[in-house]
Amino acid sequence: MDVLDLARLQFASTTIFHYIYVPISIGLALIIAILQTLYVVKNDEMYKRATKFWGTLFLINFAVGVVTGILQEFQFGMNWSTYSRFVGDVFGPSLAIEGLLAFFMESTFIGIWVFGWNRLSKKVHLLSIWLVSLGTILSSFWILSANAFMQSPVGYEFADGRAQMTSFTEILTNPHLWVQFPHVLFSAFLTGAFLVAGISAWKIYRKHDVEVFKQSFRVAIIIGTVSVLFTMVFGHQQMQHLYETQPMKLAAAEGLWQNSQDPAPFTVAAVIDTENQANSFEIQIPYLLSFLTFNEFSGSLQGLLELQEQYVETYGPGNYIPPVKTVFWSFRIMVASGMITLLLALYGWYASRKDKLESKPLFLKLMTVGIGLPFLGNTFGWIMTEMGRQPWVVFGIMQTEDAVSPTVTFNEVLFSFISFTTLYAILAGVSVYLFVNHIRKEKHVEQVDQVTEDPFEEEGTAVVS
Amino acid sequence: MSLSEFWFILIAILFIGFFVLEGFDFGVGIVSRFLGKNDLEKRAYINTIGPFWDANEVWLITAGGAMFAAFPHWYATMFSGFYIPLVLMLLALILRGVSFEFRSKVNNPKWRNTWDWALFIGSFLPPILWGVVLANFMTGMPIDQNKEMVGGFIQFLHPFALLGGVMFLLLCIVHGLQFITIRTEGTLQDRARNVGVKLAPFTILLLLVFILIGLYTTDIFTYHGSLWVIVPFLALIALFAANVLNIKKYDGWAFALTSATIVLLTASIFIGMFPRVMISSMNEAYHLTVYNASSGDYTLKIMSYFSLTLLPFVLGYQAWSYYIFRKRIKKKDQLEY
Repeated sequence: MDVLDLARLQFASTTIFHYIYVPISIGLALIIAILQTLYVVKNDEMYKRATKFWGTLFLINFAVGVVTGILQEFQFGMNWSTYSRFVGDVFGPSLAIEGLLAFFMESTFIGIWVFGWNRLSKKVHLLSIWLVSLGTILSSFWILSANAFMQSPVGYEFADGRAQMTSFTEILTNPHLWVQFPHVLFSAFLTGAFLVAGISAWKIYRKHDVEVFKQSFRVAIIIGTVSVLFTMVFGHQQMQHLYETQPMKLAAAEGLWQNSQDPAPFTVAAVIDTENQANSFEIQIPYLLSFLTFNEFSGSLQGLLELQEQYVETYGPGNYIPPVKTVFWSFRIMVASGMITLLLALYGWYASRKDKLESKPLFLKLMTVGIGLPFLGNTFGWIMTEMGRQPWVVFGIMQTEDAVSPTVTFNEVLFSFISFTTLYAILAGVSVYLFVNHIRKEKHVEQVDQVTEDPFEEEGTAVVS
Repeated sequence: MSLSEFWFILIAILFIGFFVLEGFDFGVGIVSRFLGKNDLEKRAYINTIGPFWDANEVWLITAGGAMFAAFPHWYATMFSGFYIPLVLMLLALILRGVSFEFRSKVNNPKWRNTWDWALFIGSFLPPILWGVVLANFMTGMPIDQNKEMVGGFIQFLHPFALLGGVMFLLLCIVHGLQFITIRTEGTLQDRARNVGVKLAPFTILLLLVFILIGLYTTDIFTYHGSLWVIVPFLALIALFAANVLNIKKYDGWAFALTSATIVLLTASIFIGMFPRVMISSMNEAYHLTVYNASSGDYTLKIMSYFSLTLLPFVLGYQAWSYYIFRKRIKKKDQLEY
C-alpha cells in the first residue's frame, strides 16, 4: 500500500461515514418542517410533540454531519493538492457558494430554531426550520454540481496548465447534474422518511404515544413512497445518461466484457473473472438491458474490452477498466435495496391509510429493520459511481493517481487515517447510543414540559429538547 | 483594484470574521468547565454561545471554499503543507462540535464530564494551531519552485510560532471571557470578569513581545511602509483599553475592543502579506502571490457576483440571530446544551 492507496482509503471511508448522516439531515429537516407546519396550521399539540421528538434526533445527527463535513472540504487541499490546483478554478466555486448560500443558512437558522421556541412567534419559528431544510437542499445541489463536473466535465478549457472555467451556465446546466441531483435528493428524502417510518413503527409496536407516531408514520410513508419512485425514475435516467457520457461505467455495472448481443439481455447475477476478463457464469433476462438503455427491445451495448481499446486510442496507453466486480455488485445492491424499499413503502402507505398498522406487528418489525435499506442504497450507489469512474478523478481529464498531494508522506496520511477513523468510530457509537436512548424512552415530551416550566425543581437534571 | 486583489481582501475578511466570532466561542469553550461550579452553571456558560457557534464556524468553511475557488494554489499549498496541524485542528473541531450536542443528552455526571473535557480540548487546540499558522504566514515557509511546501511539520514549531500559539490562545480566552460578561449577569458574570482581569496583563505582554519580534524578524508590519506598524500597536492599545473598561464594567465596550484587537492584529498580518499569499523562505521568486496563485478572471467574476449578492443577506440574518438572543442568560432559563 502506498500513499495514494491510503489517501483514497481515507477519502472513501470519511466520505461514506459523512454520507450516513447527510441524507438523514436532508430528509429529517423536511419531515420536521412538515410536522411543524401541521402544528402551526392545526394548532394541535400532538404535532408539537412529534416535532420535538424528531427534532432531538435531528440535532444529534446534524452535529455529526456538520463536523464531518468540515473535513470533507479541507481534504481536497490536504490530500489532493495537485487535483485542487488543477481544477480549483472550476470545482472550487461550487464549494464556496455552498458555504455562502447553504451552510450559513443552515447553521444560523438551526441555532434560531433550537433556541427560539419561546422567543419567536410561531410563524417566524416555523420559517426557521423551513430555511434549514432549504439550506440542506441547496447544499446538496452545489456539492453535486461539483461532483457532476468530475463525472462529466463541461464549461472549461485548458489554460496555463490548468482547467479554467469558461461557462458557469454550462456547469449549472450540466446534463449529468440534472439526473444526478434529483436522484440523490430524493434518495435523501427517502432515507429520512424511512428512518422516521421505521422508528415510528417500533413506537407503535411498543404502544408509546401511538397517536404521535401514527401521524409521523403517515407523513413519512407518503414522502418515502413518492421519493423512492422519483429516486428510481432519475436513477434509471442516470443510467441511460451514462450510455452517452461514461459507457465504461455502464459496461462495468452490467458486467459486460464483450459487446452485447442485440437485443441485449440484463445480467441479474454473474461470476466475474477479472483475470480472464470474462464471466464464468451468468443469470440473464433477455431483452431487458436493451429496453432499460434504449427504451426499446433492441440495441447493442459496447463491452469493456472494446471500450478499453477506444480509450487507449483517445487517451494513450493505460488500463481504463474500473474494478468491475465492485461496480457490478454495488449497482445490484443499490437496485435491490431500492426495490425492497418500494414494496415496504407501498404496503406501509396502504396500511397507514386503512389504519391497520397496529394489527400488523410483523410489518412494523420489518419497517424497523427497513431503516437500513436506504443507507445500503446510498452507500453502494456512491461506491458504484465513484469506483466506476476510475481510473479517472475527473473523467477524461485527470487520473486519480496524478491527483494526490506530492509533499504529504505515507506516515502523515497513516496518522490522519487512523485518528480520523478512530474518532469517527467513537462518533458512530455515541450517536447510535443517543438515538437508541432517545427512542426507547417511553415518555419524552412530558418530561421536557416540566423542565421548561421550572428548571430549578431538578437542578442540573434538565433534559431539554 | 484587480479581481484577484478584491478576492484577497474578501478572504482576509472571512478569516478575520472567523477569528473574531469563533475566537470567543473557543474562549467560552475553554473556560466553561473551570468557571462553572456545577452542571447548571457550566450549561449556562456554554449556552451563551449556544445559538451562534455553528454559524460562526461556517466563516472558516466559507473562507476555505473561497480560497479553493479564488486561489487554488494558495489552498493547495497551504492545506497540504500544513497537513499535520490541520489534522489536529480538524480532530479538535470535530470533537468540539459534537460535544455541544452530546453533553446535554444524557444526565450522568461522568458522561457530562467526559464531553466537557472534549469541549475543552476541542476549544483549546485550534487557537494554538491558528496562532502557529499565522506566525508561519509572517516568517514564511519553505516553498519551492513548484509551489509546494517542503520539509516536515516540526519546522513550523519554531519559538516565534509557539509564542504566536500561546498568545492567540490567551487572546481567545480573554475575548471569550469578555463575551461572557455581556451574556450573563450576577456571579456568573463577575467570575468571568475577574479571571479576565487576571489574564489580561499576560496577554498584553505576550502580544507586545509577539509584535516586537514580528517587527524585527519579519517584514510583515512594515512591508508597505513603516507607518503601517501603527496597526498592530493599535491592536495592543485596544487590548489594554479593553482591560481598563472591563475593570470599570463597561462590558459592551470592552467586548468591542477585544474584538477590535483580533481584527487589527489579524488584519495587520494579512496587510503585510499582500500581495503575497504564502511567503517562501527559500527564494523571493517562489512566493505565492495574488497574481500567480489565483483562478482565471472569469471564475473570479462569477464568484464576485455571487458573494456580493449573498453576503448582505448572510450578514443580515446572522446579525438578526444575535439580536434575537440578545438577552442575558440566567440560570433559570431554558438551557439547550
